[in-house]
Amino acid sequence: MKQTLVAQVEDKPGVLNRVASLFRRRNFNIESLAVGHSEIPGVSRMTIVTDEEEYLRRNVIRTNLLKLINVIEVQDVTDMPCVIRETALIKVHAGSTERGQVMDVAEMYRARIVDVATDTLIVEVTGESEKIEAMIGVLDPFGIIEIMRTGKIAMTRGQVVPRNGSAAGVANNGNK
Amino acid sequence: MAELKTGAEIVWECLVQEGVEVVFGYPGGAILPTYDALNKYRDKIHHVLTRHEQGATHMADGYARASGKVGVAMATSGPGATNMVTGLATAMMDSSPIVCITGQVATGAIGGDAFQETDVTGVTLPVTKHNYLVMEVAELAQTIREAFYIARTGRPGPVLVDIPKDVQNAKIEFEYPTDPINLPGYHPPEKATDEELAAALELINKADRPVILAGHGVMMSGAMKELREFAEKGSIPVTTTLLGIGGLPDSHPLNIGMMGMHGLACTNHAIQEADLLIACGMRFDDRVTGKLETYSPKSKKIHIEIDASEINKNVKVDVGINADLGTVLRQINPGVKARNRAEWWGKIRDWQEDANEREILQVETPTLLGAQAIRAIWEGTDGNALVVSDVGQHQMLEAQYYEHEEPFTLLTSGGLGTMGFSLPAAIGASFNEKEREVWVIVGDGSIQMTITELATAVQEKANVKIAIINNGYLGMVRQWQQLFYEARYGETPIYSPDFVKLAEAYRMPGYRVDKLEDVIPTMRKAQEQDGPVLIEFVVEQHDMVYPMVPAGADLDAMIRRPHARFQNMEM
Repeated sequence: MKQTLVAQVEDKPGVLNRVASLFRRRNFNIESLAVGHSEIPGVSRMTIVTDEEEYLRRNVIRTNLLKLINVIEVQDVTDMPCVIRETALIKVHAGSTERGQVMDVAEMYRARIVDVATDTLIVEVTGESEKIEAMIGVLDPFGIIEIMRTGKIAMTRGQVVPRNGSAAGVANNGNK
Repeated sequence: MAELKTGAEIVWECLVQEGVEVVFGYPGGAILPTYDALNKYRDKIHHVLTRHEQGATHMADGYARASGKVGVAMATSGPGATNMVTGLATAMMDSSPIVCITGQVATGAIGGDAFQETDVTGVTLPVTKHNYLVMEVAELAQTIREAFYIARTGRPGPVLVDIPKDVQNAKIEFEYPTDPINLPGYHPPEKATDEELAAALELINKADRPVILAGHGVMMSGAMKELREFAEKGSIPVTTTLLGIGGLPDSHPLNIGMMGMHGLACTNHAIQEADLLIACGMRFDDRVTGKLETYSPKSKKIHIEIDASEINKNVKVDVGINADLGTVLRQINPGVKARNRAEWWGKIRDWQEDANEREILQVETPTLLGAQAIRAIWEGTDGNALVVSDVGQHQMLEAQYYEHEEPFTLLTSGGLGTMGFSLPAAIGASFNEKEREVWVIVGDGSIQMTITELATAVQEKANVKIAIINNGYLGMVRQWQQLFYEARYGETPIYSPDFVKLAEAYRMPGYRVDKLEDVIPTMRKAQEQDGPVLIEFVVEQHDMVYPMVPAGADLDAMIRRPHARFQNMEM
């Protein structure tokens, strides 16, 4: 079962390595990890999606992350109302005859064409993973050359106070 | 105006400020500026030159475990630092607070495969509680302060500080920082919530067959008195882990002995039959639980543990309390109802009776047994020594036959099972121990892993008595071969030097004993002499450690010592 964690970490050299190393040495399955600056100077925010079946192991991932000195806070947002997004860049074969069709598909998925070459297009699509998967399926017959995905980023809906970290301690006035 | 100091001097200034009196280390190119600066601090800090950096880390570890203070080890870059990895991993697994300071190539050379360059923070990341690479001399003092703070607080552990050579040489105006330590992601937990307390007390007071599992955390938290009060109030049997030995005196009537793979049979039966386990500062290691699926199936479980990630890691518990053990027990004790639990104790006494009948010490044997030698060492030291055991059969026999009355009197590598730990750890511990005798109990295999440190012991006149239990085998591995590999003793018979002559070569006294009646008289000779003394005990080669729970088996599926002991021992 998928588990989504949002972590605040100190923006220092080697912190990403510490997090990745933790997942490797504890043999936790990591599905995606996205990291970037947050609204707080010196603090980065990570979205980590894991895939662990066993309850006990799921339970200790968060506490193990918190054990890292540079990790300030970890929220398990799996069961919370969240906005979850991912962006993909998809390069497809599209000569002059297919170009229009690909552009139609892009429009249906509210994707954008961000590069046009003689025989290829790059489509930029943002959404939940299912939408990206669906679009890849539709583009596949044209001939996909390259896919680049950012991994998921997640943010809880509504007013939350991500301080004590536990899902139970978070005010929840969002709705799906 | 603040004084101008080099990074190297700042290292020593910080160590002095942390109250460090002894540093175990080995010089080399990248740490030379710091060693040169040591000359200005020799009146405050004693440096012990080890023979290998692994020895330095074990010495720091032994010193830390014996003193409760942070142990410090120092080494150069590259091979000096990588030699520390085993010591760091040992300290990590057993929550021992040490700080390792390593030299690194100059900042400009990092990443270029310079001479003796290794990515030390990368290499040691999984085996340290935290580590640092200090790129600016201005950050050095605060980093060392943080390193000590992290090492000794919360669940203690090793911290490594890697300092490039140019940072050691750089000069700045120095004033020792006094700001509070600010680590936004590090907040050791303190006490239990009211809800946790109420839930725990309800389970405790209504349990008819409770057992307290006392781990290393009892001593790390200084909760010996609280644990005793807790157990006595509710007449609750206490079993200890290997590292928990000493948390409650072995002679205490509520102490039912060590649990686990080589724990007492009665203890493992009690755990399996219990209706409540109260785990105090322990982590349900596989050597303690046996097969998890069948572990203590009838019990509710309370887990009091300072490391949140240990709660619900191996064993799912009903009440998890992530806090300092001593604090929690102080909160719990007033609410514990006095009960005698006579029926439960009746059962436990029956199991104990059965164990006594199989007791090896009651058997007449033609050869000296390891257990007899260790029991005699117990007698010869009035049960009052600081014992540092190594890893293997002798380690388990020590746990079974040397009764410890005081906390911090058994040091051993539990979690990592590091052969070679004992001699250097004992040398380290001897720098703290002013009254107690320090005894090393070590096998013929283990001693040869770090035997180089005999020279350190002699050079430092370290007051350690080294008892080598020599059975000519890597005994514990041989035991597994006998039980689980149809007695194919491949690569377990091990050749040893003449240990007595070796002791002489190192210019220390050495003796050999092969009869039970000679053990104590020889010990007396050793005890009369200051400084290191080596005694080789030549013991029965094919003896086994019983009881034994085979790896992965149910905790009460123990292989017991046969009543007619020598039946299984031909060959």
